[in-house]
Amino acid sequence: MQSATHDQQAPVGTAALQLEDAAVSRGGRSIWRGVTLRVEPGEYVAVLGPNGVGKSTLLQAILGLLPLTSGSLEIFGRPPHQAASLIGYLPQRRSFDSSLRLRARDLVRLGLDGNRWGVPLPFAPGGREIAKRIDEVLEVVGAAAYAERPVGELSGGEQQRILIARALVRRPRMLLMDEPLESLDLGNQQAISALARDICRTEGVTVIMVAHDVNPILGDLDRVIYMAGGSAVIGRPEEVITSEKLSALYNAHIEVLRTSDGRLFVVGQQPEAISYHAHD
Amino acid sequence: MIDALNQLFSYQFMQNAFLAGTTAAVLAGIVGYFVVLRGEAFAGHTLAIVGFPGAAGAILFGLPQLLGLAVLCTASGLGIGVLGRGAVRDRRAESAAIGTIQAFLLALGFLFVSLYKGLLEGVNSILFGTFLGITREQALLLLVIAVVSLAALMVIGRPLLYVSVDEPAAAAAGVPVRALSIGFLVLLGLAIASTALITGALLVFALLVMPAAAANQLVVRPGPAMVVSVALALATVWTGLTISYFTDLPIGFLVTVIGFVIYVTARLVRRLGRA
Amino acid sequence: MDVLNGMFAHEFMRNALLASTGIALAAGLAGYFLVLRGQVFAADALSHVAFTGGVAALAFGVNELLGLIVATVLAAVILNSLAVSSRAGDVEIGVLFALILGLGVLFISIYVSGHSTSNSQGGVGVLFGSVFGISSGQARTAVLVSIGAVTCLLVIARPLLYASVDAAAAAAQGIRVGVLGGAFLVVVAVVASEAVQVTGALLILGLMATPAAVARNLTTRPYVGMALSAGIALVATWSGLTLSYVAPTLPPSFAMMAVLFGLYLLATGTVTIVRTSTRTRVKPSPVIGE
Repeated sequence: MQSATHDQQAPVGTAALQLEDAAVSRGGRSIWRGVTLRVEPGEYVAVLGPNGVGKSTLLQAILGLLPLTSGSLEIFGRPPHQAASLIGYLPQRRSFDSSLRLRARDLVRLGLDGNRWGVPLPFAPGGREIAKRIDEVLEVVGAAAYAERPVGELSGGEQQRILIARALVRRPRMLLMDEPLESLDLGNQQAISALARDICRTEGVTVIMVAHDVNPILGDLDRVIYMAGGSAVIGRPEEVITSEKLSALYNAHIEVLRTSDGRLFVVGQQPEAISYHAHD
Repeated sequence: MIDALNQLFSYQFMQNAFLAGTTAAVLAGIVGYFVVLRGEAFAGHTLAIVGFPGAAGAILFGLPQLLGLAVLCTASGLGIGVLGRGAVRDRRAESAAIGTIQAFLLALGFLFVSLYKGLLEGVNSILFGTFLGITREQALLLLVIAVVSLAALMVIGRPLLYVSVDEPAAAAAGVPVRALSIGFLVLLGLAIASTALITGALLVFALLVMPAAAANQLVVRPGPAMVVSVALALATVWTGLTISYFTDLPIGFLVTVIGFVIYVTARLVRRLGRA
Repeated sequence: MDVLNGMFAHEFMRNALLASTGIALAAGLAGYFLVLRGQVFAADALSHVAFTGGVAALAFGVNELLGLIVATVLAAVILNSLAVSSRAGDVEIGVLFALILGLGVLFISIYVSGHSTSNSQGGVGVLFGSVFGISSGQARTAVLVSIGAVTCLLVIARPLLYASVDAAAAAAQGIRVGVLGGAFLVVVAVVASEAVQVTGALLILGLMATPAAVARNLTTRPYVGMALSAGIALVATWSGLTLSYVAPTLPPSFAMMAVLFGLYLLATGTVTIVRTSTRTRVKPSPVIGE
């Protein structure tokens, strides 16, 4: 599947994300191993799989927050620590923070320079460019109308858009989203997924989204990374989410059912927190 | 030894102190069980702070201390119960509000104390407890309060337990959750006022929470847990009063340390029991 | 106005104003973050430690400020590690801090028995402040420590704000969230230790939490909020001191808390009234993207 934009800063053919026989452990227990996959620049990819299989762990490895125990991982040709500035990150949000009396716009600003010491001076040079950039990114996510309101007063979908804006404000080439659709209603889920697809196409950002349920986003996706049984496969949804592929991955009898309106349901022995025990 | 104890009980003020202390311990032991169960230990501490201006104000206006304590603590309990259940929980605003109100009430109590020129002794005894100034009238008033409160608790005890353990189920079963919660807060106010007379407004934890928390470690079923809680509270008060009489160590310090030792012991016993 | 002019002629008043200015600015600024991070009760716990540390120093005749700072900083470090690691519940923390208060009561009685009654004001001073008894040396120290605390807070303000609002995202952007949190609590401990002489250990919470609570109602811009918190704390201490000078029956720490509480009622009351009236008058506008 060809992406709409081209990466001009890396040599032609550099993958947005490339894992070679990668493995990761936590506390001595292997989470996944032997993962080899390649995400092209400008793709919209979902990471799916049961709970506890290591989807968030994949994001943390990409961010450089968790080292690989073997294999390699490169983002636009660079190792995780050098690629940090190329990545925007939307962590998993546990609940809706209704008491945060911080202007939405100021929250977005933190994504730009929140890690610099000191306080921003009111008349410092560059202020106008910063304000312009924030306005731009708010337009992209469709949140310009409520940027002046406190975050705590926004709805779940609105808060999520502000958080996406924060992740995008430094013009990353890759956007990592960890379960952004959780605790949103179906309408909002579809809207956020459509937003992710638009960001992908118009801004040329590679979007990797960890999701629980593939159905709200199925129509927008380019490819799917399915993690199970201590490993992962990547491919187009119709290639990966099949009874055969998943049964092989889980090493159990899995069936994928398709409803009349195109929704997919994965049924079978789906042990939730399947942990793969490495014997080495 | 027996002679010394006989001498102790020959004093009017010690009789009053033991009467008040015993009554307070029984009430605190039972109410405290619910406080720990409902996870309202911190609310208890804050309600107790209210007692300080109540007690100091009462003294300033020539009224018995217990009256000021009781009125203010129950009024606050009622207020919290009625106002407290907001639709959207703004936790930052809540904690900032509690800190604000707490500081102001303590300052108010300080104002009252400085107005009647009680200063260190007054502040000390109201905040940290005393057993010297308890009159026979206050001890009897305390007994009345305790009897009424315990009677009320006997009536609402079972539904209150249900609500405290599983609110949605209780509500579905038709239990008046809101009324019970408010009622409990009023009872809590009374228990705190009674306890604060002995331990002082700042140390009610020693009788209200520590014995019940210790009992919670050792026993699970409500009936026995309450009995253990009361027993531990009584042990705390009696030991504290006796040692304080013989050594002149302050009562507030003693009940807190004894309560702490009991609590830590209970936790150790539980951990060893599991191993 | 002659009275006010006369005020500045007294050295005790100048010292009180000087010390209070520094401490109010530091406490107000720290309080902004305490409310944001939901650590108001950690500050309460630290004030208990400050109380016990203060009376221990009195009882044993040790240099009060140093002992206070050591005790509270230690408590801050412990609190930070408790918050980060295990889930120590309400009961455990409450029991621990009740014990600390109880120890303080012991030290008060040691202090009282070791000194004549005319000197027993020391105990009250630790509890409710002794701002009019501050010497010029103490005032100088207070200003220096406050400058240090405010500088520290201003330097870490931005990353601390980010870490307080979204720890995971901040960590991914390279911020050492745990270290910042610990450093912040240490600064709070130091400020609390200094604040004991102005408001007393029992009322520190008022000077830290209330200005931020008021500022919250006035603005949603973070740096404006920080400045407002510091400013409101300053206004409250100055007015409190002035009120107490003019009407000596009012203890100065009470006057400060009264001003703070009044401002708080004003701010929350106004906001509530405005909110209910706009809700009935204005129709909500459609929100894009919903």
